[in-house]
Amino acid sequence: MNNAIGTTGLILNEPLLWEKGKRGRCGISIPKQDVPSADIAPSLSGEGPDFPDLSEVDVVRHYTRLSQWNFGVDTGMYPLGSCTMKYNPKTNERQTQLKGFAQAHPLLPTELSQGALKLMYELEKYLAEITGMDAVSLQPAAGAHGELAGMLIIHAYHTNKGTNRSKILIPDTAHGTNPASAALCGYKSVPVKSSEQGVLSKESIEAAMDEETAGIMVTNPNTLGLFEENIIAISEIVHAKGGLVYCDGANMNAVMGIVNMGDIGVDVMHLNLHKTFSTPHGGGGPGSGPVCVKKHLEPFLPVPRIIEDNGQYVFSEDFPESIGKLHAFYGNFGVMIKCYSYIRSMGAANLKRASQLAVLNANYIKEKLKDVLHLPYDRPCMHECVFSDKHQKSDKITTLDMVKRLMDYGFHPPTIYFPLVVNGAIMIEPTETESREDIDLLIDAFKAIVEEAKTDPDKVRNAPTNCKVQRLDETAAARNPCLTG
Amino acid sequence: MRYLPHTEEDIKEMLQTVGSESLDALFSMIPENCRRSEDMNLPESLTEWELDKLMENLSNDIAASPEYKSFVGAGSYEHYIPASAQYLLSRSEFVTSYTPYQPEMTQGTLQAIYEYQTLVSRLLGMEVANASIYDGASALAEALLMSIRITRKNKVAVSQLVHPLYRQVIKTYFKPSGYEIVELPYLESGLTDISGLKDLEDFAAVAVQSPNFFGCIEDLHTVGEMAHEKKTLLVAAFTEPLAFGLFKSPGSLGADIACGEGQSLGIPQAFGGPALGLFAGKLKYVRHMPGRLVGETVDRGGKRGYVLTLATREQHIRREKATSNICTNNSLCALASAMYMASTGGTGIRSLARLNYDKSEYLKSAFRNAGIGIPFEGATFNEFVVKLSGGSRKAYDRLLKKKIIAGLDLAPYYSELENHYLFCVTETKSRAEMDRLVQEMTS
Repeated sequence: MNNAIGTTGLILNEPLLWEKGKRGRCGISIPKQDVPSADIAPSLSGEGPDFPDLSEVDVVRHYTRLSQWNFGVDTGMYPLGSCTMKYNPKTNERQTQLKGFAQAHPLLPTELSQGALKLMYELEKYLAEITGMDAVSLQPAAGAHGELAGMLIIHAYHTNKGTNRSKILIPDTAHGTNPASAALCGYKSVPVKSSEQGVLSKESIEAAMDEETAGIMVTNPNTLGLFEENIIAISEIVHAKGGLVYCDGANMNAVMGIVNMGDIGVDVMHLNLHKTFSTPHGGGGPGSGPVCVKKHLEPFLPVPRIIEDNGQYVFSEDFPESIGKLHAFYGNFGVMIKCYSYIRSMGAANLKRASQLAVLNANYIKEKLKDVLHLPYDRPCMHECVFSDKHQKSDKITTLDMVKRLMDYGFHPPTIYFPLVVNGAIMIEPTETESREDIDLLIDAFKAIVEEAKTDPDKVRNAPTNCKVQRLDETAAARNPCLTG
Repeated sequence: MRYLPHTEEDIKEMLQTVGSESLDALFSMIPENCRRSEDMNLPESLTEWELDKLMENLSNDIAASPEYKSFVGAGSYEHYIPASAQYLLSRSEFVTSYTPYQPEMTQGTLQAIYEYQTLVSRLLGMEVANASIYDGASALAEALLMSIRITRKNKVAVSQLVHPLYRQVIKTYFKPSGYEIVELPYLESGLTDISGLKDLEDFAAVAVQSPNFFGCIEDLHTVGEMAHEKKTLLVAAFTEPLAFGLFKSPGSLGADIACGEGQSLGIPQAFGGPALGLFAGKLKYVRHMPGRLVGETVDRGGKRGYVLTLATREQHIRREKATSNICTNNSLCALASAMYMASTGGTGIRSLARLNYDKSEYLKSAFRNAGIGIPFEGATFNEFVVKLSGGSRKAYDRLLKKKIIAGLDLAPYYSELENHYLFCVTETKSRAEMDRLVQEMTS
């Protein structure tokens, strides 16, 4: 492959912060002392933290160099399955920096924050429209927080009915956070196997669902990139036994304007604004995980809720059945601004188009790579496709080897070894913002690596060689944890 | 649409490759009765320039300085943020990367978070800090759940002077599990009444905030001694970490877990979020800790590098047995605070904390001299309570008309504290602005 975008360049070393600097430097402008110095009781006074003293230039070079060791969506393609690493529009970043948004204090009288409340109120309506649900709370600060909100709502619903259910159904294609979120509500996870077609069958749910079970947590489209086609029948079974259907909406990017979650039996779901709605991942947050419900669960949404009254927006705590508060204030407002900007920039037609192109890109990759990589479920996929390293076993090359080698070609690896139902899984989600040319480069890189696995396997096993560091010893890191310097 | 790169020709050829007639036909595996029959009803798409106007109008409908002078803190503080830190934080290699699962390509995030863990540990006087939690409230809820895991006891005591909204969040987290929360009342001094601690049996933790919601510095050392005698953990909460530039750190006073809000360290207020949950503990409890951790290691060539570590505590490995369901945290906010702490350095953070202290002491004595009551006389940082004479709401409203936000009315949070207001002063307030506040309030 001659046209690979991966190459080597000058990488500068940069020590740890405290390995630089000199006592007495300062990188911040401190306002003038225009008041007298006050006394402080010696018994209360501490020594202050042992931070290194650096100049502004020291700090700027430090973080600039660190940033150059990182790879982001702006650097190149990031086909991380289930993470929806789409392009993060720059205008959205700009809007968050507007003075009123950046400086808004959360506890001012609401007449001084109307712009913020209006934005949140309208965003709730947009998300309800996109999902086909009836009501939304923007308070959860991340996807897992939204899941927790959903589980708390299910728990409150059953408690309110005077019943105490102890179990929850979780398919084997679910995200790892699902069982952990359910456990926080005291629910025991009951795993449900997906069928040979990679989706849930009506029969497996019928066998597992009973009146001790609070409901089901289903990811749709699921983590194999397949639409749960029996979802309506499954919902009916769960509802007939008094349970509720929770949908992990992490994969909503496949179905905007195509599926109305409210119409297929979903009672409660969460969204990841940092996936479907283009807000950046920030190296692991901040995200935002709004929780969306059907009418019958609206009384349980977190408080405060935003109420409109004659064009004025106010907060209301007057929801006695609410699960309560999940965040000190109202959630990650800064992320909501970006999501709002995205939806207003796109409009309904472009959002639907985004889902169509995301699905087109994934199917294109699936078709182009299925000759060289094993495709365990050979059927039309949604926004992502899952391969495995089965064909490379004879070369003694693993999924890990191949994706590390992909770095040398200038791509971030896909999600690997997930979902657990596929051995050696390679889960590719290109998203709609990748062009055909870039996708072709990824396909060519994979094909080249598969070839190298046969002809020069050590090259693959020793990859990456173009990054700042080679493969790291993660076992040693966990055995003798060194967590501070 | 400029974010969608496909030309009609691309689409046509790609559809041919996948063997589909049209974009709609790509969804043929979705049963007909699961498909949406109507288009989504959303406002029309805007150009970049139309969006700018819309957003500017919305943001103008929010009170901001310099037009407004706000003396409100209560968990969200106005501090200056250096342009250098804001600029560095906007580098898209940081902003547009994912959680650093592939360390060879994310050493920048990983080293920065390792440094963050170190700086936070040093600030709080603790042995280990995680790579952040959502906010101060969820940090406290997670700390209490962690105490329950460590001690295998299922009751906690929480001071009433812990931020009232944090206490509400704890209740939400605890509700389904049935863990018991006992609230510790407060004294006339504005400090937590800890006399009841000696009678508490079988408690996992006692949580005290210092500086507390009234801004007062609590006697954490004594709380810690009393708690430890009962084999109960001391969870030290806070909303204003800048205080530890001047006052003793929670770790040096015996805290087992220190947790709270880090927004003051270089993060915009942004209507309360994204914020930054700081979370630190003793090393012996690290395997009970929630959230991500970054550790140092070496690569195959023996070169120093960083990886996410101790993942066996986490949801994607342990599933329902995980220490928490937290997955994504607030990494970019953690990075912002690390940049801020690197910028201040040890010398700068001490000067800045001192300046904040001096300014609030100045306003306090100006109030006192003007005959306005300061009900809680002990040491405070940044914030303090004043007691106004009856009809204080009128004075508040009068000042609001002059675009001065004269503190936070405490009555909605503490019904017994009518006419009490919580004031906050940081380095952003000049002496002249404070003088004007006092003058307007007494005129």
